[in-house]
Amino acid sequence: MRTDDLIAGLAAELKPVRTSAPTWLLGLAFLSGVVAASGLMLGWLGLRPDLRLAMGAAPFWMKAAYSLSLALFAFALVERAGRPGARLAPLMCLVFLAVAVIALIGVLQTLRAPAALRWPMFLGGSYAVCPGFIVALSIPILITVLFGLRLMAPTRLVLSGALAGLLAGAAGASVYGLHCTESSALFVAFWYTLGISLTAALGALCGRYALRW
Amino acid sequence: MLASLAGDAKAYRLLLGAVRDGLRLYFRRRLGADLAADEEDLVQETLIAMHTRRQTYDPNYPLTAWVHAIARYKLIDLYRRRRSRQTVPLDAAGPLFADDETGATLARIDLDRMLASLAPSTRRLIERTKLEGRSSAEAGADEGLTETAAKVRAHRGLHALSDRFAKRGDHADG
Repeated sequence: MRTDDLIAGLAAELKPVRTSAPTWLLGLAFLSGVVAASGLMLGWLGLRPDLRLAMGAAPFWMKAAYSLSLALFAFALVERAGRPGARLAPLMCLVFLAVAVIALIGVLQTLRAPAALRWPMFLGGSYAVCPGFIVALSIPILITVLFGLRLMAPTRLVLSGALAGLLAGAAGASVYGLHCTESSALFVAFWYTLGISLTAALGALCGRYALRW
Repeated sequence: MLASLAGDAKAYRLLLGAVRDGLRLYFRRRLGADLAADEEDLVQETLIAMHTRRQTYDPNYPLTAWVHAIARYKLIDLYRRRRSRQTVPLDAAGPLFADDETGATLARIDLDRMLASLAPSTRRLIERTKLEGRSSAEAGADEGLTETAAKVRAHRGLHALSDRFAKRGDHADG
């Protein structure tokens, strides 16, 4: 078939489309993953028993603000990764800024504490399981986000996969925050970020194969 | 492009014509002599990709950046497919298998089995256009499809096959 005929044929079957449609589908895919992750958290780990009390105090909101802002930036990044030629760098800066801010708060908070408390503030009571739980809760979200991204047109597969993992990890960490009772910023800055980073790495590995189109 | 997204076929045709010229130049510069024959296929693949994913164009960005990124993706895709298929130089391998007819028979069986994994209408389209040498228009008419729809479907079917085939090749290589 000659290219001219192909062009004529493609033009003949042209239907109007909305450029916002893929964003809504991606959002829908993402939310269904979050619902699955929340169900997993409720059935497997359970809410923290003092949730009502904790919601009146700052540490709970510090954790939520960190993971939710990362999820917000990551969603915008994934949405752009699905659109060929879109620029990612400005949003990437916001992600690194969020990590830098929580790390700074964590370090300052820890330095102001008595020396004997510093090490326990870093390790908390759950450092050994926290990153693993975050990755586990993120996996359903990673799967649905990759599906949503496949409906778009990612052209850099490993990077797009890593961003999908970042989104899944940040959302998974937000869900995990409803179970986790840690309250030090340094703990969040290190162990939450580790869990999110592992999910991003997993996404990069999957993206190479799962995102081909 | 904005008119095309809204469904203006005339504007779309002009746009695709202009993009085709740009794509030919783009691929000609980047394909070596051994892959030059793939130039027109790549142009068509890129145009089809643009068409089927046109909702991913963001009007806030330049159109050229969008087309360029898709063309680059298709080019890398081609390199990847060629690398996974042509690890053995055919000139060197030819004489070894020249007298061995089981190879051809096995290939025929493999081909049948691979085609059988596709949807029936896609399989018939590929058999008629690629194996029996009929035109996309004829094969499409038998399935009740327009020529373009037939072309797009056969293309997708081949793409799906080459993905599966490439994966098996990877396993065989180690």
